[in-house]
Amino acid sequence: MAVTTTPYIERRLRRPRVNGFLLSTLIAALCVALPMAVVVGFVFVGGSEAWAHLVDTLLVRYAWNSLMLSFLVALGVIAIGVPAAWMIAFYRFPGRDLFSWLLLLPLAYPAYILAYAYTGVLDYSGPVLSWMRAIDAPAWIMSPFLNLKSLPGAALMLSLVLYPYVYLMARAAFLDQSANLMEAAYTLGQSRWSVFRRVVIPMARPAIVAGTLLALMETLADFGTVQYFGVQTFTTGIVRTYYGFGDTVGAAQLSSVLLGFVFVLIVVERLSRHRVQYYSDRLRQLNQASVQLRGRKAFWMQCLCAIPVCFGFVLPTTLLLYWSVFFAELESLWGVMANSFLLAGGSAILIVTLALMVAYANRLHPSRWLTYLTLLVGLGYALPGVVIAMGVLIPFSVMDQWISAQLAPFGVPPSLYFSGTVFALVFAYVVRFLAVANGTIFSGLSRIRPSLDHSGRLLGLTQTGVLRSIHVPLMRGSVLTAALVCFVDILKELPATLMLRPFNFDTLAVKTYALASEERLIDAAAPALLIVVVGLLPVIWLNRSVSKE
Amino acid sequence: MRLRLVGVFAGLATCLAQPLVAAEVNVYSARQDALIAPLLEQFEAETGIEVNLITGKAEELLARIRAEGAATPADVLITVDAGNLHRAKESGVLQVIESVTLTSRVPEKLRDPDRQWVGLTVRARPIFYAKDRVDAAELSTYEALTDAQWKGRICIRSSGNIYNQSLVASMIEAKGESATEAWAEGLVANFARKPTGGDTDQLRAVAAGQCDVAIANTYYYARLLDSKKPEDRAVVGQVKVFWPNQGDRGTHVNVSGAALTKHAKNPNEAIQLLEFMVSDQAQAYYAEINHEYPVVESAPLSSTISSLGEYKADALNLGVLGTNNTRAVKLMDRAGWQ
Repeated sequence: MAVTTTPYIERRLRRPRVNGFLLSTLIAALCVALPMAVVVGFVFVGGSEAWAHLVDTLLVRYAWNSLMLSFLVALGVIAIGVPAAWMIAFYRFPGRDLFSWLLLLPLAYPAYILAYAYTGVLDYSGPVLSWMRAIDAPAWIMSPFLNLKSLPGAALMLSLVLYPYVYLMARAAFLDQSANLMEAAYTLGQSRWSVFRRVVIPMARPAIVAGTLLALMETLADFGTVQYFGVQTFTTGIVRTYYGFGDTVGAAQLSSVLLGFVFVLIVVERLSRHRVQYYSDRLRQLNQASVQLRGRKAFWMQCLCAIPVCFGFVLPTTLLLYWSVFFAELESLWGVMANSFLLAGGSAILIVTLALMVAYANRLHPSRWLTYLTLLVGLGYALPGVVIAMGVLIPFSVMDQWISAQLAPFGVPPSLYFSGTVFALVFAYVVRFLAVANGTIFSGLSRIRPSLDHSGRLLGLTQTGVLRSIHVPLMRGSVLTAALVCFVDILKELPATLMLRPFNFDTLAVKTYALASEERLIDAAAPALLIVVVGLLPVIWLNRSVSKE
Repeated sequence: MRLRLVGVFAGLATCLAQPLVAAEVNVYSARQDALIAPLLEQFEAETGIEVNLITGKAEELLARIRAEGAATPADVLITVDAGNLHRAKESGVLQVIESVTLTSRVPEKLRDPDRQWVGLTVRARPIFYAKDRVDAAELSTYEALTDAQWKGRICIRSSGNIYNQSLVASMIEAKGESATEAWAEGLVANFARKPTGGDTDQLRAVAAGQCDVAIANTYYYARLLDSKKPEDRAVVGQVKVFWPNQGDRGTHVNVSGAALTKHAKNPNEAIQLLEFMVSDQAQAYYAEINHEYPVVESAPLSSTISSLGEYKADALNLGVLGTNNTRAVKLMDRAGWQ
């Protein structure tokens, strides 16, 4: 579709007639920029007293713990994700197809729920250790269980739910590699291990790095797990400074330090993604070269694949199910469910609508400014929920107070218009999850070639007609996927929801967190299970669309 | 035209914002719904004043009131711990409560010297010990818990918890800051495990044998005593209470309390509610359902609470816990108390 032959239609399509698209992109970008600007802006405000104390005592601990946690999670997700991807990509054995998607299941778990499940069963007074004490097990066997609530424990929980990012990326990269290179290496006398180490891994490295960095962003954003395990990181520090010290400035400044960490990750991620393009030279799919395993070897392979699935999904799910069916004092969850589903559903629809606007703005009126704005929107997902909450709370309460002051002369009693309402919450979700919807919708839209639009126009359709008769049916899948992924992400989101929700407004995630922090793990099982079950939907969906490609 | 529109909007908003019910009072409560709702219903029945209740965590409620500024719907803030009440006072969201009933019925040390908050119930924070591994004669004071014999045997929750902050704040008043910091370091050195969980967790850990001594609030223990679950009663069967510092200043005590917000829209109804809550009848009920001690001396103790025995309480004015709070928090951070 050479542009040199741009016909009349192309020009008409490009004409900036519907600038609502551009406007909505601008609004979306401003939304994402607001919390970042607020938080970063506080760097230039003088240090508060609490900030001086933080620098003296806790800042180093927060930074060290966050770094150590990231390091251990990086090790963990690579150690689980890469071998899993390797087994699925390079070997054929009974159950391989099943495992290829079972390995994705832990993605349905928020790390904090995994932490609750394992704490419930492995605690000192829990069944496992009580039994071990009863049989007088040696101390060295019991001590790792005793120390679950620790930094390595938190890293383990996070690794178990985040490895699928690495697994997905690495698997795609392995499957994408041309077999010729490997065969060339074999003919040069290299062993299988040596080929893996010197050819396969270096070629897949950018994908592995990208997957790991995604996992690390989630790690830095995690609040529920580290809070529960008593690991002092930036996220817990921000919440403690804001609520404990009542120090907004200090909390915002801590947020900007965390933002700095995230920014480094983003830069590294961009750099690593750049390299991927070097190897897109695929001559022959590797699938034909994969090794068929039978008998005992196949059995071992199945066992290895089953380990992460068991610990990251089967075991905790069985526990939660057992608790909620047999023990939990079930209070009605209907209200909480209604809150969660309405909030997540409404926000998902809004987010997808915005994402569509952004995508169509880019398609219909591409410009350099638009590219920048779109990039900015994409940053939202990297912002930890705590940081977004701070960045939303501060300006919104200022706005509320201003509006109240303006209306006071008319006898209007002061009230809350933005902060402390569902509006603030939805706003935060848009900031965090718009990037997620954008990714899906952009790729969906890019599959509709402009020539299809042209044909439609030639056949007498109006521009809206093109949208209705061509785009809507073709885009339905991507839009649904985007909405589903957003829906589930919002359902799982904890820190921003915790800090921004209106009073007496509980969601499933908040309810689970509250019950767990009141030491009622067993009662927390039912809402936790609901989150996981709903979380399974996009995982299955995701796998279907990946395998279709 | 525009002005008139604003006027119409404003009038409309005023109508909407002022419901037809004549008298009401809005309560932000850090105490759980179930613990406070029955009492509020009784107040409604007696006075005809409607009570609207919102519950949340102490810090969240305060942050909310601060952020809401003049717009806050809250009239009354009910929360636990003098430290939290003091924080509310410090953030300038409270006002002086003008009530002779409150000042005459609530002992002076259990209310704010500036009359900005008032205690409603009392809880103590004594030592609990495993009765099969610890002889009560080995225990004496909070200070003595830093002795070498307790190495690896003490359980206590994190320093982020206000109850511990207030305990340390009371010790700063009694012993001075540097002695208290040395004490905190010694205590940390004797921890059986990294601070984790709440007070009930510490009691369970003692029962399970993970540690021999714990510091916790009395009502957690009383709750287990009253529990319907056999496993809870099994915990209290193995754990006993020890009242420390009986030879000197007395055991550390604290309150749950209430305050009147600065921007209260219904101050008279709010004060009426507070006065109702210190009546003998309300006191007895409120203290019993929470397993606490009433602030009003004439109100009776629940049987569960009286089973813990008599003790000498620290006579410190609880306002001090608030003024020393920041120093306490920083001191614990420096001592490495997580």
